This record gives sequence, structure tokens and C-alpha cells, in this order.
Amino acid sequence: MSSRPELQAPPEIFYDDVEARKYTSSSRIVGIQAELSERALELLALPDDGIPRLLLDIGCGSGLSGETISENGHQWIGLDISRSMLDVALERETDGDLILGDMGQGLGLRPGLIDGAISISAVQWLCNADKSCHEPRLRLKAFFGSLYRCLGRGARAVFQLYPENNAQRELILSFAMRAGFAGGVVIDYPHSSKKRKEYLVLTCGPPSLSTATPRAKGEDGSSCSDDESSGDEENQTVCISDRHRPRKKQKLTKKGKTRAWVLKKKEKMRSKGNVVPPDSKYTARKRKAHF
Amino acid sequence: MRLLTHNMLSSNIKGVINGFPLRIEAERVVEKQVDFNPDFLKNMFSKIDWKALADASKIMGYPELPDELPDSSLLDSDEFLHKFHHALLELHLEEGALVCPETGRRFPVNKGIPNMLLHEDEV
Repeated sequence: MSSRPELQAPPEIFYDDVEARKYTSSSRIVGIQAELSERALELLALPDDGIPRLLLDIGCGSGLSGETISENGHQWIGLDISRSMLDVALERETDGDLILGDMGQGLGLRPGLIDGAISISAVQWLCNADKSCHEPRLRLKAFFGSLYRCLGRGARAVFQLYPENNAQRELILSFAMRAGFAGGVVIDYPHSSKKRKEYLVLTCGPPSLSTATPRAKGEDGSSCSDDESSGDEENQTVCISDRHRPRKKQKLTKKGKTRAWVLKKKEKMRSKGNVVPPDSKYTARKRKAHF
Repeated sequence: MRLLTHNMLSSNIKGVINGFPLRIEAERVVEKQVDFNPDFLKNMFSKIDWKALADASKIMGYPELPDELPDSSLLDSDEFLHKFHHALLELHLEEGALVCPETGRRFPVNKGIPNMLLHEDEV
């Protein structure tokens, strides 16, 4: 059985009372959701003038992401298709307003008023046809079209999503572009399988300098893989045991791990988003031999 | 549901040209205290459809707002801002319905959550 909830049941059925409660009582999920929405809000790049904005939370669920919006002092309107999830949100007394609705049917909102939209792990649901009347392409078109209309000019929309494969990612992105959005995908920690997170960052309006996609985390160009030429190969010797046929290169590093090796390893771990102690003059130094 | 949301929502039924504003059928209205923030109100003032807000707040039992779009100079008056704040953010429609002005389709509101799900033939 797949671990992807999209493949198990439609959202309004999958997130029933039991699942909704489970979702919100798991501190692990709550933590991840808070982290994701914090990052999504960061990517939304709202002007830093202290004025609360009106944001849209698409697929707000039990209001975990909305809580982060409230903490940042903004007003929000949440939309979700699962009544059970919204009931949990009511119990948690979230600050935003909740609407029971299906994003695939288009957002029924007046045009040009919303200052930004976020969505955490929701948009990939649109790619499924759960009912006979569902046509994923039409639903994506309706969703992105109506979103484009209701956002103000220059407003951003940030969707965190888990696309199943490359085709799905391209499908979602192509419909966003067709609706008129500019932007692209930002991938945080692309080298890590666990911390890797994808965000679709879209801007209302034609592409310009201000709509350039922001930089991802843990992706510092030179960080890993490319600097193999320098450093730790200085002690390498080619050992020829057979006069006629040179064997494969054998590393003869009696000294163990060198400083360069350690630094490279640390850099790689950093790019995966792990917590790594800073480099200092003590890095990779040998301990004193005590008796 | 606050009147802020009501002011944003419009009917999304296929073929409806002007689904705004949705008519409110109020059965139960509650008031919840919200922090007063003049910056947000000033930001929202230009975006709000005033007539819809004034009408809606009347139906919700708060007839203090002027019928006509007030001059933006009123935004400096604290009294006006407090009224605006109360109508926009503190009045909640708890039970009732929203009715599409063109087709008359009812969207029920339960526990403050409007059900905007459309039937298959309305998409």
C-alpha cells in the first residue's frame, strides 16, 4: 500500500474524524506543518511594514498553517474540503475564517483583493480524479484561473507540494503558467531525501526582476561534489603489484581522515540541512595521546 | 464567518455573471472580541465593497455603519474605525445561510463555516 494519502481516498473521505484528529494530535506533523508554513510565509515575501495582510490558506485543514499566519500578525481565510478537518480547526479556535469548499471547483472570491496565498501539501490532490465528473486538467485550470483573478497585482502564492513524479510537477507548473502566473519551483535541501521540500512560488503578473524565484536553502553552488580535485588526494600512491597490469588506484592513507576530508564531509552534511558544528582550528585535529 | 469573508465571497456557480454580494440569512449571530488594528482597517478600506458590508451588518443586527461609501478622511476618526472594526471582524455569522443573488441557491452556514461545495451540475 502506498504511503501517499492521495492514492488512498478522496480528501473529504480520507480526512475523516479519526484521521483529522490523528493529524492534529501528532506533534511531529504539527512541527513539520509549522516549519513548512513558516518557510512558505518567508517565500511569500510580504512587505515588511507591519501592516497585517489578508492571506488565503488553501487546504487549511485543521488550521495548523493558519496559526503561523496569525502568529505573524496577518488575517487569513482558510479553505478546505474536509468538514472533519475544519471541525478540528473550530475546536482549536483558530483566528481565521473557514470555508468548506473544493479548490478544484474554483475559488469563489471577488477579484484582486487577496494579498497572498499559501498552501501546504494540498495542490497535488488536484491531480487525482476522485469522482467520475473530475477531470484533473479542468480542475487545475479552474483553480489557478480563479486564484489568479482573486489575487492582487504583484501578489504571490506559495504552494508547498509533494509531486508524485516529474510529470505531475510539470503538469501543475504548466497550468499555473497558463493561468498567467510567473515563477517556478524552489527546492530546499535538494541533496537530502528527508529534508527536501518543494515550493511552487508564483507571482501574479508578467515576469520581472521582482518576480525572480527566491533562492532555496542548502544549495550553495560550490558546496559539495564539485571540489573533488583539491585536497585529500595528496597522499595517494599508485600501488603496482603486477608489473604488466596497473591495478586500480588504491588509497594508502595511513594518517586516517585528513582535515580536508572532514571539511568536505561537514559541508556535505550542511547541504543536507543537518546541524553541523562550525569549522574552527580544532576541526579534525588529533587528540593528545594520554597515558 | 466574519463579514470580511462575506465581503470577499461570491457565488461560483457556472453561468452566474454577478454572484456578489451573497444575501445573508442570519439565524444566529455571535460577537467575538478581536484586537483592534487601525493599519489593517485602513488597508482593507479601499478593498471593501462598502454597500455589501453596510447591508450585511444591518442584517446581522448592527445598523451603525453609513449607507453610502464614507469619505476616506473619516479613517482618521477613531469612532468610525471602531465601528468599522466591529462590523468587519467581530460579527460572526454562526448559523444561517448565504444565498446566491442570481440563482437563489442556498449555501448553508454551520458552526460558522459556509459550505460552498458545488454540485456536479453547477461546476
